[in-house]
Amino acid sequence: METRLRSPSGKEVVISGDMPTVMIGERINPSGGRRKKLTEALANGNMEPIRQEAARQAAAGASIIDVNVQAASVRDEAATLVQAIHAVAEEVDLPISIDTSDWDVLEIALKACPGRPLVNSVNGTEEAMNRVLPLIAEHQAVVISLPIDDEGIQQDPKRRLAVAEKILRRAESFDIPPEDIIMDGLTMTVGADMKAAVATIETINLIRENLDLNMTLGVSNVSFGLPLRETINTGFLYMAIAAGVRCPIVDPIKMRKVVLTADLLTGRDPFADRFTSYYREIRESGEL
Amino acid sequence: MSISKDMKTEYQKQLHLAIQAGSADKGIELARNALDKGLVPVEFFEEIIQPVLEDLGDRFSRLEAFLPELMRGGMVVKAVQEKVLEPIIHEQSDEMASRGKIIIGTCQGDIHDIGKNMVALMLQVNGFSVVDLGTSVSSRDFIEAAKRENADIIAMSTLITPSMPFMKDVIARLDSLGLRDRFKIITGGAPVTREWANEIGADGFGEDAVEAVEACRQLMGV
Repeated sequence: METRLRSPSGKEVVISGDMPTVMIGERINPSGGRRKKLTEALANGNMEPIRQEAARQAAAGASIIDVNVQAASVRDEAATLVQAIHAVAEEVDLPISIDTSDWDVLEIALKACPGRPLVNSVNGTEEAMNRVLPLIAEHQAVVISLPIDDEGIQQDPKRRLAVAEKILRRAESFDIPPEDIIMDGLTMTVGADMKAAVATIETINLIRENLDLNMTLGVSNVSFGLPLRETINTGFLYMAIAAGVRCPIVDPIKMRKVVLTADLLTGRDPFADRFTSYYREIRESGEL
Repeated sequence: MSISKDMKTEYQKQLHLAIQAGSADKGIELARNALDKGLVPVEFFEEIIQPVLEDLGDRFSRLEAFLPELMRGGMVVKAVQEKVLEPIIHEQSDEMASRGKIIIGTCQGDIHDIGKNMVALMLQVNGFSVVDLGTSVSSRDFIEAAKRENADIIAMSTLITPSMPFMKDVIARLDSLGLRDRFKIITGGAPVTREWANEIGADGFGEDAVEAVEACRQLMGV
């Protein structure tokens, strides 16, 4: 299963089990008001921090840049998102992940986005599938799919698999091939439910075995409400990559070494070339 | 207040220990004991449960307590609520009419429910009837439930910004259906501010569960 995205200049990024893990950089996202500087800049149409975050993430090994501008203070999401997409495309030549929950905004952003982008995300609700999948087909984009449907989030991995299958079938009916669907294993908070992480990994196993789709995962939600979050996130990311997640959504600055280690240990770094290059890079830059 | 301050402190301490031990039975025993001594359910909630939960919440925000401990607190309090307080409140419901009916839920796209559950619980023990629609509730479902239940208030929560526009959407839909005046709207959740609530035309806002109850009291004039 090979998923192919294209950068603004047409360079391909391939997501596949045989290739290195692809990091989707999550840092361009003002969610939760945590990134105050970014939120303020977006509200004022100042794209400088966006460019900086794009460059930093590319330098840290991100292969796809997620762009989310949703915040209460951003008045015109569509215009701001298009502006941010152009800023990122000018700064780094990497495929873009268009991240919005507003389908009208998505439609506008898809028209404006260069290359072959990723869309973050659709889910298995009738409303979302009927609105988003035709756009994916029209623009020949790739879409992240959350196995959530009109009944909400299923705890049982088998039910999540059933929803994932439903999305896949629906996509087929729009002539969207399976390689253009990236399934999300759904990370839930382990502090609220001790079995949450196990259920996610089991979902990933079931999707890998039954549907053979490429998969993504946002890991940081797993550690909400607990101390030493980065330690937990790191452990979970190892588990996820080992189970078959190919393009996790991460902060590449924090997670680069984890991903490189996971690739080394899962046999996808011949002669440990990438791992040792990373070591040389941080030794020379004085990070070590 | 029918018991001494020392007794109150002692009950609070015991509830804290029951939560630490994750023992619903201990919590239930303690509540029964307190009610035998003459506390009424609302007093038990306001004087014992609420301060203990607030303390837990404060320690959570200072990174001294963690989510599993909050969950355990919620579990013990829920057991006390269901096994001890609610049956009595129902018995007395003839005398104590509901202060109003509230539809509550987490907005579409968001599946977080810890804070929302806490608000629902606080509203209940404060005498409101609560219909909890759960998480990722669509605008349509909020409105349908409010109509079906003949609700007084629609309470919407979200933890994530992408779900905030749905609060606005519910209000816009009510407007277009000519139903806006029939229901009061309150909003809350981590990214939601008082300014945002005002801007989208909500009737009330709660920074936390205590404020949410206060906002509902004001809206109902009780």
